[in-house]
Amino acid sequence: MGVTLSLLSLIVLIPLSAVAIKAAGEGPSGFLRAALSTRALAAYRLSFGASAIAAAINGVFGLVTAWALVRYDFFGKRVISAVVDLPFALPTAVAGIALASLYSPKGWVGQILTQWGIKAAYNPTGVVIALTFIGLPFVVRTLEPVLRDLSADVEEAAASLGAARWQVIGRVILPALAPAWLTGFAMAFARAVGEYGSVIFIAGNMPYRSEIAPLLITIQLEQYDYVGAASIAVVMLAASFAMLFVINTAQSLARRYGG
Amino acid sequence: MSGLPNRARALKATDDPWWAKAIVLAVMLGFLGMALFLPVVTVFFEALRKGFGPALAAIRDPDALAAIKLTLLTAAIAVPFNIVFGLNAAWAVAKHDFPGKSFLITLIDLPFSVSPVVAGLIYVLIFGAQGWFGDWLLDHDIKIIFAVPGIVLATIFVTFPFVAREVIPLMQEQGVDQEEAAVSLGAGGLKTFLRVTAPNVRWGLLYGVLLCNARAMGEFGAVSVVSGHIRGETDTMPLHVEILYNEYNIVGAFAVAALLCLLAIVTLVLKTLADAAEPDLGRRAH
Repeated sequence: MGVTLSLLSLIVLIPLSAVAIKAAGEGPSGFLRAALSTRALAAYRLSFGASAIAAAINGVFGLVTAWALVRYDFFGKRVISAVVDLPFALPTAVAGIALASLYSPKGWVGQILTQWGIKAAYNPTGVVIALTFIGLPFVVRTLEPVLRDLSADVEEAAASLGAARWQVIGRVILPALAPAWLTGFAMAFARAVGEYGSVIFIAGNMPYRSEIAPLLITIQLEQYDYVGAASIAVVMLAASFAMLFVINTAQSLARRYGG
Repeated sequence: MSGLPNRARALKATDDPWWAKAIVLAVMLGFLGMALFLPVVTVFFEALRKGFGPALAAIRDPDALAAIKLTLLTAAIAVPFNIVFGLNAAWAVAKHDFPGKSFLITLIDLPFSVSPVVAGLIYVLIFGAQGWFGDWLLDHDIKIIFAVPGIVLATIFVTFPFVAREVIPLMQEQGVDQEEAAVSLGAGGLKTFLRVTAPNVRWGLLYGVLLCNARAMGEFGAVSVVSGHIRGETDTMPLHVEILYNEYNIVGAFAVAALLCLLAIVTLVLKTLADAAEPDLGRRAH
């Protein structure tokens, strides 16, 4: 207990407070000027917007994947199940350069997209692609256990009362999955907002356009603007705490109503 | 019997028609293929584009070897640290009751939701030249930022929750009965822990260590902020990948990336084995 708390304070809590102290270093006006500059606002908009889109994409495909993994038997299921965790195991920089070369105008996918007039890499679209990759396992992994525990009785009861299959799915299964789905969505979103390594290679990093908030922090640091870097970090931290709160609430909802 | 449509439907209530299965499987395979399979294939394809020779040469380059060594060293410090902390924290949380317990669990999870860049930044603000201890460290000729200690610290921060959060649910499920039995039979605290508690959570521990190690070796954002990118000195493997990529040394960048990719594949294989041994592992996503 004592060891746990002191290590936690030493490595996590005290260092985190350093950010807040630094951000307050030049008074409230200094903090606001740095945290709410037009460049910073554009970066938040991209980071939060792209993260929400990526989490939504994962929400849809994660549900499909979890459904297949729990409900169906098919050849190679074990392999697919293992592969879903790849974004946890693959270093983000590796994912970053791989995605950048795939989606660049000369890459395998980029070539095809260019023919259709879509510019994927070096564009906000590229940010969404990278964030979709790193958030992929969250929705699948939070839905799987809930889907597995979902009792077949309810479905059979609904069907025997005359509900069609799509009604069973829409009225019985999906509502039961909602809290877990929300948890997975929030986790994917929270992870995406802070993500750096996989994004910077594919984003193009143009200020006001394809520059994510974590990158702006590193840029300010390189210019020795510590207050600026810390101010943006405080905004990001506040968002992290808010997301942590949402995740915890969703999880306790899941425990109460799910499965 | 077969004339009753409701009855027939009820028998297959949890089954989807074959065409729905086909669509679901096709969508899943298409998505995972695009999102996961293609990037991995790209890594090996680009690394071996000019054959094995140039790829091996890129890995045998002294700077690359130094990066590999630093990555192994960092993991060799961060992972054991997190095993000790993780078991300790799990023991405190799962086997004891105290006020503020759920708050403590939230705190342990905190590094997961902090941006890696912010994780690096905090150590720069404390130990950097302009930081709290900057002058003192300079006077005593101790380098933390832009040096190996900073890299290790940043890595420990981002990997902090991995072991603890895998082990906590397992320990909680097992309760304290076995420990109480061991103690009543005369075992001491340490003996009880080593002989009863630790073996009971071994698969969860392995699982946590695997993910912790993968993240420790692959961390980019946090390490990039504190490293200073000194070639051959403070470059870890992921940072070396970035440098080579930005120098348009594509084969070199992807050759080092392929090594990291192999690490990820080994991690996934071992993780699948741990899953088979204890199917409920990883119920909580990371």
